[in-house]
Amino acid sequence: MVEPRDVFEPVLTARKAGLVACTHCARVWPLGQRRCGRCGGRLISRDRRSLSRVWAWWTVGLICYIPANLFPMLETTFLGKTSGDTIVSGAVLLAMHGAVPVALVILLASVCVPVAKFIAVAYLAASVQRGLPADPLRRTQLYELVEFIGRWSMIDVFVVAVLSALVQLSIVVSIHPGPAALTFALAVFFTMISARSFDSRLIWDSLEADAPRASGTKKIPAPAAPGGVLKDPQT
Amino acid sequence: MPQANELPGDLRDLIACPSCDALYRAAETAHGERAVCARCHHVLIAPLEGAILNIVALSLTVLLLLVTAVFLPFLKIEAKGLSHTASIFDAALAFADAKMVALSMAVLALIVFIPVLRASLLIFTLLPLLSHGRPLPGARLAFRWTEDLRPWSMAEIFVLGVGVALVKIADMARVELGTAFWLFAVLVVVTVWQDTIICRWTIWEALDREEAAHKRPSSVPEPDHG
Repeated sequence: MVEPRDVFEPVLTARKAGLVACTHCARVWPLGQRRCGRCGGRLISRDRRSLSRVWAWWTVGLICYIPANLFPMLETTFLGKTSGDTIVSGAVLLAMHGAVPVALVILLASVCVPVAKFIAVAYLAASVQRGLPADPLRRTQLYELVEFIGRWSMIDVFVVAVLSALVQLSIVVSIHPGPAALTFALAVFFTMISARSFDSRLIWDSLEADAPRASGTKKIPAPAAPGGVLKDPQT
Repeated sequence: MPQANELPGDLRDLIACPSCDALYRAAETAHGERAVCARCHHVLIAPLEGAILNIVALSLTVLLLLVTAVFLPFLKIEAKGLSHTASIFDAALAFADAKMVALSMAVLALIVFIPVLRASLLIFTLLPLLSHGRPLPGARLAFRWTEDLRPWSMAEIFVLGVGVALVKIADMARVELGTAFWLFAVLVVVTVWQDTIICRWTIWEALDREEAAHKRPSSVPEPDHG
């Protein structure tokens, strides 16, 4: 097994080699080139301004998330009487009817995931800004988790859409979307943009701050193949 | 700026990890093998046998399923002698009644338009590659967009949302699942399968290779070394 210490020794990065990597197609170009010649994506070696964008979208997302929890997500009209359900009260009602697993899915997707996402994105951005020495691999995995799970919060918006479209039984019972549906969808949208604005390469830069610049003879390794075998045509 | 001779070989042979910027020499990766970044474990290259044919076939399936699903009955509710049916369009347009037209448009885009667009762009990019033809103009932009749109294609989340909604009203009314529901359920499997077989690096390499093969030798531009 490889010791973590060995994995995190300074490796040659595209920036240290005087190159800029395209994050869309992984091709490298000379530092200073503006657009990728292969896929046309914009080339930025390190996007320092990405942190300002992360915080801006994060704040807007949080502003939208507060009313999303206070106002009703669903408005149910039963025999002329209308009652509103917020995310949490809807889940509690569901749990009291015995559908505990579904109530947990709702709570997980609409409360736990968004809150955890706000905390995780803030932690990642702050750790890069303050140069915290936290394990970069863990932070990268956290970032990938946030990117993967964040979009699943949209599930509650779809639940509201399906219920409001389906439960329309004239005067007996009808369901309509409440104002929180809009602010909740916006909160998910803005936090997705916030997470995507983050340049994960910044996490790894703290390892290289005082690393020597790569010499011309520095060997460039091939990516690790399964089983940790390094295939290097140079050797 | 470094001199070109400071780096061994051609820039085209190098690959930088999009997640942590580590620089590697792109290894010949056999079908079924995965080349991962040694420090951040990001999967860099993961080619599969016949992936391009499979991606095109799955994209066609997605198009067929989605286009059929929007026109077929989706869900039907029955309670106390009353009944109501809803199509996928009705579900998306539910917000329009509550003066949230923009949200309706967004939901329609997330569950129908973006998946359709992604499937079409993938077919546009990859179909010429199947017969080793020259990539169509705009194929590069099309493929970059399919990858950028990936997180915004939410058909599979919608299906889980339908499941939750059905449980919510299970004790209130009887719900009949229409053909469109089952088409969407199949769509989830197809989409997840497709996302696991797309290897970006392999497709970009294939686009480069086919484009170079269809250019006259005299018109091949010098690779840009800065």
